[in-house]
Amino acid sequence: MTPRQSTLLKWLLAALVLGGLLVLPFLVKNYRVFQFNLVLVYAIAVLGLNLLTGYNGQFSLGHGAFYAIGAYTAATLMDKLGMPYWATLPIAGAVCFGFGLLMGFPALRLGGHYLALATYALALAVPQLLKYKTIEGITGGVQGIVLNKPEPPFSFRFLGQPFNADRWLYIFTLAVALLMFLVAWNLVRGRVGRALIAIRDHPIAATAMGINLPVFKSLTFGVSAAYTGVAGALGAICVAFVSPDSFGVFLSISFLVGVVIGGLASIPGAIFGAIFIQFVPNIADEISKAAPSAIFGAALIGAMYLMPAGVMGMFKGLWARWRLGAAPTPGPR
Amino acid sequence: MKSKAWNFAAIGMAAALFALPAAAQKKYDPGADDKEIKIGQIGPYSGPASAYGTIGKAIGAYLDKVNAEGGVNGRKIKYIATDDGYNPAKTVEMARKLVEEEETLIVFNPLGTPSNTAIQKYMNTKKVPQLFVATGATKWGDPKNFPWTMGWQPTYQAEGKIYAAHILDTKPNAKIAVLMQNDDYGKDYLKGFEDGLGDKAKTMIVAKVTYEVTDPTVDSQMLTLKASGADVFFNITTPKFAAQAIKKAAEIGWKPVHYLNNVSASVSAVMTPAGLENGVGLLTSAYIKDPTDPQWANDKGYKDWVEWMKKYYPSGNLADGFNVYGYNVAQGLVQVLKQCGDNLTRENVMKQAASLDMTLPMLLPGVNVKTGPDDFYPIEREQMSRFDGKTWILFGKVYGR
Amino acid sequence: MDALLHQIISGLANGCIYGSIGLALVMIYQSTHHINFAQGELAMFSTFIAWALIEHGWPYWAAFFATLAISFTAGVLIQRIILRPVEKAPVLTNVIVFIGLLVIFNSLAGWIFDFTIKAFPSPFPQKSWMTTPYFSAHELGSAAVMLCVLGVLFFFLRYTPLGLAMRAAALNPESARLVGIRVSWMLAVGWGLASAIGAVAGMMVAPVVFLDPNMMGGILIYGFAAALLGGIDHPGGAVIGGLIVGVLENLLGAYVIGTELKLSVALVLIVGTLTLRPNGLFGKHVVTRV
Repeated sequence: MTPRQSTLLKWLLAALVLGGLLVLPFLVKNYRVFQFNLVLVYAIAVLGLNLLTGYNGQFSLGHGAFYAIGAYTAATLMDKLGMPYWATLPIAGAVCFGFGLLMGFPALRLGGHYLALATYALALAVPQLLKYKTIEGITGGVQGIVLNKPEPPFSFRFLGQPFNADRWLYIFTLAVALLMFLVAWNLVRGRVGRALIAIRDHPIAATAMGINLPVFKSLTFGVSAAYTGVAGALGAICVAFVSPDSFGVFLSISFLVGVVIGGLASIPGAIFGAIFIQFVPNIADEISKAAPSAIFGAALIGAMYLMPAGVMGMFKGLWARWRLGAAPTPGPR
Repeated sequence: MKSKAWNFAAIGMAAALFALPAAAQKKYDPGADDKEIKIGQIGPYSGPASAYGTIGKAIGAYLDKVNAEGGVNGRKIKYIATDDGYNPAKTVEMARKLVEEEETLIVFNPLGTPSNTAIQKYMNTKKVPQLFVATGATKWGDPKNFPWTMGWQPTYQAEGKIYAAHILDTKPNAKIAVLMQNDDYGKDYLKGFEDGLGDKAKTMIVAKVTYEVTDPTVDSQMLTLKASGADVFFNITTPKFAAQAIKKAAEIGWKPVHYLNNVSASVSAVMTPAGLENGVGLLTSAYIKDPTDPQWANDKGYKDWVEWMKKYYPSGNLADGFNVYGYNVAQGLVQVLKQCGDNLTRENVMKQAASLDMTLPMLLPGVNVKTGPDDFYPIEREQMSRFDGKTWILFGKVYGR
Repeated sequence: MDALLHQIISGLANGCIYGSIGLALVMIYQSTHHINFAQGELAMFSTFIAWALIEHGWPYWAAFFATLAISFTAGVLIQRIILRPVEKAPVLTNVIVFIGLLVIFNSLAGWIFDFTIKAFPSPFPQKSWMTTPYFSAHELGSAAVMLCVLGVLFFFLRYTPLGLAMRAAALNPESARLVGIRVSWMLAVGWGLASAIGAVAGMMVAPVVFLDPNMMGGILIYGFAAALLGGIDHPGGAVIGGLIVGVLENLLGAYVIGTELKLSVALVLIVGTLTLRPNGLFGKHVVTRV
């Protein structure tokens, strides 16, 4: 196959996948579309965390806090200022970028477990902050904020299903997700990505090569927080409700689970990670009502046995083995 | 003529055919048919509130009993329980699953104020009953704005008001200290309490401290409250922290007049671990029979409950008041379904739920279940009781409608 | 003044609890260089086992030591069976396995023992000569127990051949193998010891906070903070870190910021301390050659 043919094939494949994704919401019921929306939202959040932890080696157990900040930013803007939902996304991203930078500065001094502890404390502190009575007027306190689901800008029917709010949100979220994945892919493919990986693998050598460690590390924290913040804003719009109880510590742990299951330092891995954290608890629930979390825990451990490098790691391994098998072995001379 | 006879026969048969359905008058919405009624439920079977998961299991066990005895009006009840882990985003997902995929007739007894707030708009837009929600927040009895949502238990605010009234009656110059959980449950109790005290709230409440569910102990908070010099203590805590608070108060030698919210008034789950002698004199207000209270040991309602637990929910804890709660609310559901008869539309379910007037065997004597088109608070009556070291002795009048 | 003293002493008592969990975390770290997120749930499960034994009529100290033995064995088994397959895997893979263990043990405890709180007896009688208006006998007793455990641990790691072997295996597995140390088994022993220490911590904590499956959830974060503030490789540091965390938590909540912002202030404190001393208060500053 010539290079031109293989590029054409790649474009065709991409178009097929995109077409499939666009048709998908009309093939299933509303509530499944809602679940797919959540998968896309979590994928963006997991991607954000992967940029920080997978590519840059900074261990964060607190990304649930940025998700919460993004969600509340969007919710308060929509509820108190009547802002349209799509306008809240960049603002949520910017706010979380700021908070991420703020967290990034002390993170420069902390390594490994210490950073994990500090971010864990962040994840614990944010829900309590959100309940604080002084800002209750804005945040709605413990009662939370109920939002209106955005209506689609036009309506039609396709394959017998109406183009309603959930399906519109799916298209919207899909567009945002594709955009953010593209940006991340560009980022890690170029000099920035190489710098991040260099910092992760050998910080001293990286400094010796002239990479400005503090700047890169803090900016990575900021960008990672911004991604998760945008995800939070999207999540708030999809669920149409925010309350401090929605953003407990387990959310941060779920994102980390998503990163590792999907595959560290992998952009497409974020999708698999998101699918895992969205659907496996549901499946565990169907299997056992008595101890659903135990099934989830067993699934986690099992996944780590079978795919220690995550789903993408497993794919890469299979792909490598397939290529090795397909390549003609040199015969005896 | 032969054809005339056939005509008459044909008309007669047609008339009969038309008459039959008119006589049966069966009406169904999704989730109900001739054979079964699908009831969907959402509860915290995992996560930080999993202690409340037993309520959902108890409901299922009671419905098993009902099915074993023939079902309701000849129909079996299919109970579909889902887990939301006390996460409102998951509650939304489960509510949508029950309504759109499982197509249950109603969503029954979802637990928690944030969880129910998250789905309230959806349930009312979709016109599916959000029936007998498992929280004491006051906002669930609002038939004008949310006609498809109905509460069940006496509201926290009402209970707070009862304690306030009692304090104003017995100790009008009291200095009050409050310990509350920092969430909607704590805030709702406080609001009722402060409303009940009226203008005097600001001067009477001298100390107010909160705690989070993630706190290991409330020892520090108890020390702060003692240092405030208060002589009345309003204890708005869940069972684990209530037991800690009672024990600590005794340890540091603080003996205020102690009002305990009824969520945590169980003899075996709270009073015993805290030390029975430390709880003497505690006041609470109750509406159900505590299964660990010795005064009900020979009560028929209690004995029936134990028999049911042993047969249908043997893994359930006989000392857990939540299993009585589940039993009661399931009985309420069965009564609503019975009253529906063959008209199993969602609209009729809400109509029948708003026309209840009955008592239940595990409710305190004097407490009833009564609703009306403007009254979406099924249980409102409570009575105060005082702990004597072994059991809760009821006293005074029965509050509420 | 009296109230302040009370708060400080209550904070010290809480600090002992945090310090004991911190000790278990340090133990695992010293032997495996991993932080075990499941430590709290393992301790809780061990305490439930002790409770079950006592319910069956066993005297307290018999149940206590039996639980220690069971926890040690369980720790060894967990390392051998569940953790060995991922020993060579990256750090984060291990972290996910720990999280899996955490979730499984919590769920199992809820299923087997259910969620109503249970009173756990204290071996130190309520009304004894040790009681003062500030300290209860139990608080003094559990502090003493913790210091004992600390002493035994210190002695074991510093002065016994097995302890030396364990430290060697953690610091430099390759060299340790070359001198004949069975590194894999050292890891297992480390886990066993940490589980036993966790069980002690759980049994000392339960009389105060009452036994239920979610007992350790709130304590674990403070145990982490204790271990890290003191320096993750310093057992004594974990205890002192725990005391500091306990006292600060109480004082901040009571006098500085109120209970509603306690966690935020704790966060600022942790970040601040670690920024000034990135290896904790007593940790060694490791210098590596480039």
